[in-house]
Amino acid sequence: MNAPSVVLLDYGSGNLRSAHRALEQVGADVSVTADLDAALEADGLLVPGVGAYDACMKGIRSVRGDMMVDRRLAGGRPVMGICVGLQVMFDQGVEHGIETEGLGEWPGVVEQLEAPVLPHMGWNTVRVAPGSTLFEGVVGERFYFVHSYAVRNWEFEARDKNQKVPRVSWSHHGEDFVAAVENGPLVATQFHPEKSGDAGLHLLENWVKSLR
Amino acid sequence: MSLSIRVIPCLDVDAGRVVKGVNFLDLRDAGDPVALAARYNAEGADELIFLDITASSSDRSTMYDVVSRTAESVFIPLTVGGGVRAVDDFDRLLRAGADKVSLNTAALNDPDLLRDAAERFGSQCVVLSIDARRCPEGVFTESGFEVTTHGGRRSTGIDAVKWAIEGTALGAGEILLNSMDADGTKEGYDLALIEMVRREVTVPIIASGGAGKLDDFVPAVVAGADAVLAASVFHFGQLRIDEVKQTLANADFPVR
Repeated sequence: MNAPSVVLLDYGSGNLRSAHRALEQVGADVSVTADLDAALEADGLLVPGVGAYDACMKGIRSVRGDMMVDRRLAGGRPVMGICVGLQVMFDQGVEHGIETEGLGEWPGVVEQLEAPVLPHMGWNTVRVAPGSTLFEGVVGERFYFVHSYAVRNWEFEARDKNQKVPRVSWSHHGEDFVAAVENGPLVATQFHPEKSGDAGLHLLENWVKSLR
Repeated sequence: MSLSIRVIPCLDVDAGRVVKGVNFLDLRDAGDPVALAARYNAEGADELIFLDITASSSDRSTMYDVVSRTAESVFIPLTVGGGVRAVDDFDRLLRAGADKVSLNTAALNDPDLLRDAAERFGSQCVVLSIDARRCPEGVFTESGFEVTTHGGRRSTGIDAVKWAIEGTALGAGEILLNSMDADGTKEGYDLALIEMVRREVTVPIIASGGAGKLDDFVPAVVAGADAVLAASVFHFGQLRIDEVKQTLANADFPVR
């Protein structure tokens, strides 16, 4: 059996080397590219993202990443977002008063966390959603976060084809925020599994295995 | 349940090799930063810092190779500092696999570098490293601490606490706070320095300089540090990372 193929979307956002190597380590055949055909054909598309929401959305649109995500999801094909790659799946990001339209796959707004120390930087716990498959084997582990903005409310309960509502896992820094979402073919984490040691690799492996 | 206190070993790298001696008997090549990074990762380090102390500019490019080889196999955050002069250096280090880059002297010479880097890459990867000391005779600052350069040998007369405020306002997302008075003494972190900076900035603070024994770590966290850094005590095996974490856990601070 061939290794599941994953396209790591290269739109000019930060350090992709760790994600690339981490995915390879857990058995994926990884291409780092912004090629539309490759992104549509791969078994999985991973959308990374660090830095400003606005800059990430510009980068994603410049390589037609919005179309890639839409077309993949229309066919039920897996997509995963990491960090700002989770945030862009929501309707809108608000940073420094600048409102940026996201990909709108989920309703919700990404806003600054209210916490005494920001960025939220380091290893935090996650309240894993019951029935999560992404976190199978790593419930109770800490994951590495680095961000100042997050989604504080989840308001989407539509069932997928298996009659499941979205599984939303939460974390806390000053207030509760969305740490991960599993919603049919679309999953995303606010933390960086590629920087979360063995627990992070295990979680990525869960996703890569699900691609087959 | 909350964010854990990070325990961070710091490695000085000169022309691609770890210096200041590292004493792990079971490591085949204790001078290899990649081997050491893997070792500390296995011991539970929450993050790693490489400090490039290469003097000759012709040897500087070896750091990119060290960073990329480390990122190949170690899946925890990596900060790289030392010799970073321009936004382009930043870019190269991030592309090589660094997650954060620390600025020290270059930011003093050109504070806008902090803003430029934060605008381009985001504050979360911009670390301001401050080498602070209590003002010697003849130097006066409001906080009583000044910023030094050249490894603590040169006075700048700049108030260390004000510099922390200014640097974070410009875009630094974290402060690496080195006490040049405590550095190398193994008599504990400079708690007054940590407290003063904590009162003024809202970004995470990494306490650095002075760690010598297990009892030194809890007071630094109580003073306001979000992370504790140490070098030689880890390198020479005087303290292990898991012991430090256990000590913090015993004081009811969350650890990974």
